[in-house]
Amino acid sequence: MIPLETLRVALRALLRNKMRSFLTMLGIIIGVGAVIAMVAIGEGAKARVEESFASMGSNLLIVMPGSTNAGGARGGFGSMPTLTWDDLRAIRGEISTVRYAAAQLRTNAQLQSEDQNWSTTVTGTSPEYFLIRSWRAASGRSLLDSDIDASAKVVVLGQTVVDKLFGASADPVGQTIRIKNIPFEVVGVLAKKGQSPMGQDYDDGVFVPQTTFASKIQGGLQKFLQGTIFVGATSTDATARAEEQISSLLRDRHRIGTGQDDDFSVRNLTEMANAQQEGMKTLTTLLASIAAVSLLVGGIGIMNIMLVSVTERTREIGVRMAVGATPLNILTQFLVEALTLSVLGGLIGIALGVLAANQLAQKFGWPMLIRPDIVVVSVAFSGFVGVVFGLYPAQKASRLDPIDALRYE
Amino acid sequence: MALIDLDSVSKVYRMGDVEVYALREVSFSVEARDFVAVMGSSGSGKSTLMNVIGCLDRPTGGSYHLDGREVSRLDRRELAHVRNRTLGFVFQSFNLLSRTSALENVELPLIYGGTPGRDRHRRAARALERVGLAQRMDHHPNQMSGGQQQRVAIARALVAEPHLIVADEPTGNLDSRTSLEIMALFQELGAAGITVLLVTHEPDIAAYASRVVTMRDGRIRSDVRQTPRRVADDLAALDRGQEEVPA
Repeated sequence: MIPLETLRVALRALLRNKMRSFLTMLGIIIGVGAVIAMVAIGEGAKARVEESFASMGSNLLIVMPGSTNAGGARGGFGSMPTLTWDDLRAIRGEISTVRYAAAQLRTNAQLQSEDQNWSTTVTGTSPEYFLIRSWRAASGRSLLDSDIDASAKVVVLGQTVVDKLFGASADPVGQTIRIKNIPFEVVGVLAKKGQSPMGQDYDDGVFVPQTTFASKIQGGLQKFLQGTIFVGATSTDATARAEEQISSLLRDRHRIGTGQDDDFSVRNLTEMANAQQEGMKTLTTLLASIAAVSLLVGGIGIMNIMLVSVTERTREIGVRMAVGATPLNILTQFLVEALTLSVLGGLIGIALGVLAANQLAQKFGWPMLIRPDIVVVSVAFSGFVGVVFGLYPAQKASRLDPIDALRYE
Repeated sequence: MALIDLDSVSKVYRMGDVEVYALREVSFSVEARDFVAVMGSSGSGKSTLMNVIGCLDRPTGGSYHLDGREVSRLDRRELAHVRNRTLGFVFQSFNLLSRTSALENVELPLIYGGTPGRDRHRRAARALERVGLAQRMDHHPNQMSGGQQQRVAIARALVAEPHLIVADEPTGNLDSRTSLEIMALFQELGAAGITVLLVTHEPDIAAYASRVVTMRDGRIRSDVRQTPRRVADDLAALDRGQEEVPA
């Protein structure tokens, strides 16, 4: 028997009971639709998390100064400057897993342009900082080593600050702004970076050379570094090792004996990012297994209807056998019917899933990402469900005795 | 060589501990081009004989040669092929596929025989023309009378050009005039060289066959050759009778 003919017979049989076929498919439609929608939203959220961690900096570690311990009252990390400029140089020079290290000195200050003012974070740092965080200048330039050496009064602006001081479409490069009433020349604007994983606006801030920061904006102690050190490890895998090496280097340099608390802390942000991604993965797996269960239920629905169909059409099966259908012909016919139900259900499910994901994404402003491999797997899996749950009814049909089948009322 | 050759064929059904003999060592042969009627009351074994001859059922003992081939030990798949190629069935209850056009019903054996589409349509249409239903190819069974449905069934039995047509009480559900028309068709097929084996319990119908086999208790009781009545004559007589009825 010709395969195309089998498909035609199957389609006709299904069209004969449109409502029933549709209701049977509904299980698969909902199952596949749920998989597609959930995975699309899950993947979208994952991509957003990845993106925000990427804009935070790649292979990033942050070294924070230690705490005060005055008369038993212990301050938090950063309450006392314990890190020195020499520590920074040592981290940069002595540890093999560290590619970049830069100071981040921060304060809040009032900024003024010709006709506007804005309060934001002023960061004093060096060119490596931008490399660690993978931040590029969208116009003009970033900070240069020569700016550091000369304590130049130059500033690089974040996009939000540009919006507030100059208006959204302005290019302020070459203009002058005042920070704490000291004039700075704007040399560059950073590309828009969005929000941190915690919702902080990366674009709301300005950057000046660390030397200028120390001399003009916030006078500090010469030896101590009044801020944190940002470290870029050589690779993602190296971050854990870098964390250990920095810890042991600083303990050594600060002469901290065994059993004593560190006077600094090292945060490994790559690991935080990984942990968050693991969480997303768990969520996606959970959603996928719920969807798999609904596909299973859909499959049982198909089996149920196919069994009913075999019983109803016993006589037809008898007639077909009498005129020469082999058991394999009958088996194929019912299997193709089950497969048609499940695959058609799968395809409709994909369409609805994409539609639902789109709607949800638009309504709630969620990101979404349709992965082609998930689409293919869904169709394949619904086909698999069709075969698994269609096999028993089809086998039952093919094993009917033609005489009994012809006599069946 | 005989078209049908049964040698000591038995069929035993086991009902729990009891063995029920449907056929007891039946030996029976039919030459090609013969028109045989099998008679007998219900339970006489005539249906079982039909099923065995029609390759729907396998005997439990003895041997059966159909067209020179031993078919009593074939498996289900091989039996299906034999049914498809050498046999045509006509049933009392027509057994057409509902909601399927006459043409498609007739095409069914060709589909399983692997005949490609265009050839299939052509042959099915020709078979329908042969039974006088050229105008009703697109009709569905529920749009046709019993006689027309049985004609479709006969066309279906003919379409694969088998040597043998096996008919199980083909007139059982039809009124007497339609019965005659169907029997006329069978006589035409017989004249065209097709072997017809017909099961009936009506002596009137058996009278149109050239050989009548009577069964009882799973055995052949009598096997008589006769000069068949011509259906065409009886139809003509019937028409005359109707003309005589005053309007």
